[in-house]
Amino acid sequence: MSDQAAIYFGQAAAHAGQSAAPPPAPTRRRQLPRWLLGLLLPAALLAAAELAVRAGVLAPNLLPPPSAILETITELAQRGLASHVAASTLRVAVGFTAGALAAILFGAATALHRPTHAIFDPTVQALRAIPSLAWVPLLLLWLGIDEAPKLVLIAIGAFFPVYMGVSAGIRGVDRKLVEVARLYRLSPSQQARQVLLPAALPAILTGLRNGLGLAWMFMVAAELIAASKGLGYLLSDGRETSRADIVLAAILLLAVLGKASDGLMLRLEQHLLAWRDSFEIPDHA
Amino acid sequence: MLDIRIDSKFYGAQQVLGPLHLHLKQGEVVSLLGASGSGKSTLLSILAGLDRDWCGTLQLDYAPLHGVHPAVSLVFQEPRLFPWLTVAENLRFGLPSSDDCGCDVELLLEETGLQGLGQRLPKQLSGGQAQRAAIARGLMRSPRVLLLDEPFSAVDAFTRMKLQDLLLRIAARHQLTILQVTHDIDEALYLSDRILVLPAGGGPLRGEFSVPAARPRSRSDASVLPLKHRILDLLHLSEQAA
Repeated sequence: MSDQAAIYFGQAAAHAGQSAAPPPAPTRRRQLPRWLLGLLLPAALLAAAELAVRAGVLAPNLLPPPSAILETITELAQRGLASHVAASTLRVAVGFTAGALAAILFGAATALHRPTHAIFDPTVQALRAIPSLAWVPLLLLWLGIDEAPKLVLIAIGAFFPVYMGVSAGIRGVDRKLVEVARLYRLSPSQQARQVLLPAALPAILTGLRNGLGLAWMFMVAAELIAASKGLGYLLSDGRETSRADIVLAAILLLAVLGKASDGLMLRLEQHLLAWRDSFEIPDHA
Repeated sequence: MLDIRIDSKFYGAQQVLGPLHLHLKQGEVVSLLGASGSGKSTLLSILAGLDRDWCGTLQLDYAPLHGVHPAVSLVFQEPRLFPWLTVAENLRFGLPSSDDCGCDVELLLEETGLQGLGQRLPKQLSGGQAQRAAIARGLMRSPRVLLLDEPFSAVDAFTRMKLQDLLLRIAARHQLTILQVTHDIDEALYLSDRILVLPAGGGPLRGEFSVPAARPRSRSDASVLPLKHRILDLLHLSEQAA
């Protein structure tokens, strides 16, 4: 063995000796679960509001402390809050389903048939720009003050985002995938079912999520104007009786219901789009 | 076997193909070379039946060939697997049922080196595996002619060599006629019985060469070097003319 080699092997042996010591145990950072992280901000805001009201910084008649809102919710629960929640939820469910179904059919028709798109899409885009409240007087005139105008208003709210999602999703399908379908001699209806629909599903589901969010908003607009049940009615009732706690309780419930329904939609999206090779934000980013 | 007569193919006012007459024999491996814009991929689209806006005739064993035909299959440059279907479902795509095609998915997966990967989604495959799956899908209907549009251009050099050998094995086993577009002269020399050079902007073939090397070939076969230089010169001239 040459001197150099001896020196080299000597160093290696020294390194080996160093590395023989047990390595320090990797420090593992403790992480809060994601759902708990999501609760941090609302909890902090509620705590800040509670403190601000108790310290006299904010007037309790304008912003009741969260503890008082909780009491109001408990009190309302004993006086039929469930029926208000059920009425609003049912309206959203029916209105959203009707609006989304119409939007899926209409969106698919305009995306798949160029003349249909040319005829209808400009009008749909113009109608999309109309604010929700602008529909209310017309619907009250046409349909009275029963359930029909509320459901139609919610359906209108859900229609446009779903229509946009379906239409843009189908029109944005990769031409190359359609070419494969043609190569395997799929009929137009088979192409629609086996290629266009699944390829457009991400955009359709985004449209459905946005549509559901808007359905809740349009539900409030509908119930604010003509309703004797529902969370919108509670909002209106709270304003008329100067009960900010009832207004805030209704707002809180709307937020919870909206988040819950969006969470369900998100779960559906994750289940249906498990095949997507999409970017995931690493936990330690 | 496959007789191709293209009178003309235009994109707008620009002629890209024709007049052109090619004849492919049963079991022959033919490579198409040419400058960019010489209509190589367009020719494959025409043969696969995807492009129907052209003038000329196609005949398979003297019978006219119109549109998409199960006897002619095309493998694209990218795997084009449907991301929502598993590998096995991608292979069965478009078939009424797995029993009707006369092909065994598992057998094809094994033949293409994808055994055990049938239930994976495309996102779980490497680039080479995805291209193998695309080739397996191309073989599902037992085609007689397999068209390949630069099928190995997106994979690394080592994977490309393995896929080239796979293609040769498959061609021999299935007695396939293969027409492939490539930009890689070495690949063309390794795989092909014949190499055709297309002109840019239409017209007859600029060159047609039989590859003299016997099979199995060596990748470092020096006997094909003079041919390689001739083809390179021709391509260089074509590029300048374009």
